[in-house]
Amino acid sequence: MRELTNAICARAKELLQSGAAGRVLGWAPGEFFYDPTPGVFSEGRLNELVYDGFTAANLSKYCIAESQKEGKVLVLLKPCDSYSLAQLVKEHRVKRENIYALGIPCEGKLDMRKARAKGVEGALSFREEDGQVVFETLYGEVRLAREELLLERCLCCRGREYAGVDETLEYALPELPKRDRFQKVAALEEQTAQERYAFWRGELSKCIRCNACRNVCPACSCVQCVFDNPQSGVAAKANSTEFEESLFHIIRAWHVAGRCTDCGECSRVCPQSIPLHLLNRKFIKDVNELYGEYQAGADPAARPPLVNYTPEDPEPSAVLERGRA
Amino acid sequence: MSLYAMDRARLGELYEALGALGRVYLPTRKNGASAFLPYGEEGSEADLSLLLCDKSPKDLFFPQSEELVKFRLTGAEIALQEAARQKEPFVLFGVKACDLQAIEVLDRVFLAEPVDSFYQSRREHATVVALACARPAESCFCTAFGIDPTSPQGPCDAVAWLTESALYLRPCTEKGETIVSCFAGFAPADEKEVAAQQAAARAVLGRLPYGQLDLSRFGEASDELALFDHPAWEELSAHCLGCGSCTFSCPTCQCYDIRDYDTGKGVLRFRCWDSCMYKDFTMMAHGTPRKTQKERFRQRFLHKLVYYPKNNGGLFSCVGCGRCVKKCPANLHMIRVAKALGGEPRAQ
Repeated sequence: MRELTNAICARAKELLQSGAAGRVLGWAPGEFFYDPTPGVFSEGRLNELVYDGFTAANLSKYCIAESQKEGKVLVLLKPCDSYSLAQLVKEHRVKRENIYALGIPCEGKLDMRKARAKGVEGALSFREEDGQVVFETLYGEVRLAREELLLERCLCCRGREYAGVDETLEYALPELPKRDRFQKVAALEEQTAQERYAFWRGELSKCIRCNACRNVCPACSCVQCVFDNPQSGVAAKANSTEFEESLFHIIRAWHVAGRCTDCGECSRVCPQSIPLHLLNRKFIKDVNELYGEYQAGADPAARPPLVNYTPEDPEPSAVLERGRA
Repeated sequence: MSLYAMDRARLGELYEALGALGRVYLPTRKNGASAFLPYGEEGSEADLSLLLCDKSPKDLFFPQSEELVKFRLTGAEIALQEAARQKEPFVLFGVKACDLQAIEVLDRVFLAEPVDSFYQSRREHATVVALACARPAESCFCTAFGIDPTSPQGPCDAVAWLTESALYLRPCTEKGETIVSCFAGFAPADEKEVAAQQAAARAVLGRLPYGQLDLSRFGEASDELALFDHPAWEELSAHCLGCGSCTFSCPTCQCYDIRDYDTGKGVLRFRCWDSCMYKDFTMMAHGTPRKTQKERFRQRFLHKLVYYPKNNGGLFSCVGCGRCVKKCPANLHMIRVAKALGGEPRAQ
């Protein structure tokens, strides 16, 4: 990955020198190997930029604030991240003229939570070798297959296409697994209503209402969320009942329906490991089935199905038929 | 006090027997996350070998949300009904040294005058058993705060050690003695195995990357204004998402909000955890005193490293558990902040 990082830095440097942008939004190293943080770099500090298996954060949402500042920012976007930025541009949340989007290749990002669950304790460093991730730990060396450690979203990689970037950096990387992203959703659909209810109650009752899912979500770009607005009548700071947590997550899923690009940040950051992406994928699957294949962020000219009307749209009674099935 | 031991294979029997002392809360895995949950809940698995639960035990003394009082309106009459205090005893088993110190931190807030009687009633009804750490993680930095995770000290009734084959227990209060007396599987034991585990764990502690994190610029004698005005805050906070995952995972964060809920027939007054990272934290009629995320971010860390220690004889209100290290979506955790502020200001 060092070679790719160097290539990114070299191109970023050229772009800064050419005046295409004044600063770079990328990832800065953390205090461990797995905790890089989004960072803004001047040309002199580009050597600090990191890009490796743990730079998972989608930088698109930061473009809302960055694009309001003076001058142009060069943002590094992995293929899936680029859809989020394109969607934000479509929704006029980002001042596109202040952004220079450089698409950078990705071979899937790693999930430290999975590594810990697979017995990686006290990890001090990591390296990648032939499809394996090798951790040096306080208790010895642990080797795991890279595929076993991929973030959920990377197991169903959307591919190497970018949406709406200004240029892409070419660099050959191994292919990623392409599992069916709707597999779990389909399995849940097969369950009885009671089983599904029990599943979601079990998951959502873990919620601590920290709002990490909402605050990281590129589709959640409201200046003030309805759940933070004391005038709204639904401001819910108290984590008092499972019902309230369910309501929060379901309303949020509705609000981002048709706009969610399936970037997977919600599940990645949840401190309680709730598979929130499943709610969004259910909506995506329904939209695909009822209105035809639609990928939020892919086409700036497309009319989003949920804010569009065509005579072919399904009738509301579709809900009843589906409920009966 | 004396040391006792029991067969590790009989832990299930111990948990059952502890039921005689009240509800038993144990480090438990459930639905892919861990917390201190009542023993025997369906679909849950108690596991003392968990290094640290996702959720700290603070909920048991200071729940995320609790009712304080109800006002019921009938005609012109207002009836007031105070929420009940804890009346049932319970056992909190398996608290690690960091989380135990966190209870001490909370005690100094809630048990100081004016005493918080809700918190107090839960503390008084609890039997707390601490559990030593055998295999610390890289994210642990409790030793930087002077905590010895191999020999937990603080507001507990007994200290336990879990080895390959046995659970050792050393009661330190009368309540702690009742744990030994309620289960016939305990027998007096010698220190040998415990000492061996402690020695092995201490060797690992010596290799923790931030076990000796430099905190010399913080604490009781720190230069509060210099830290407040430190140039590093700008960059440190720039990408904070303003969520509450650090706050709500933290074993010592103790801020809460009090709100009234209109029930239609009166008012239900409740309190719930609040986060200084939130925009509406301490919102008042004139607005909020901290208008930017930088100010909110700075508040959280200076509270842990400066304000609390200055008010509490030098005791830090970070205990080095490392939950924020593992959970912050942007990885803006205590170690990062302490390092950035602890050294010389970084060139911009």
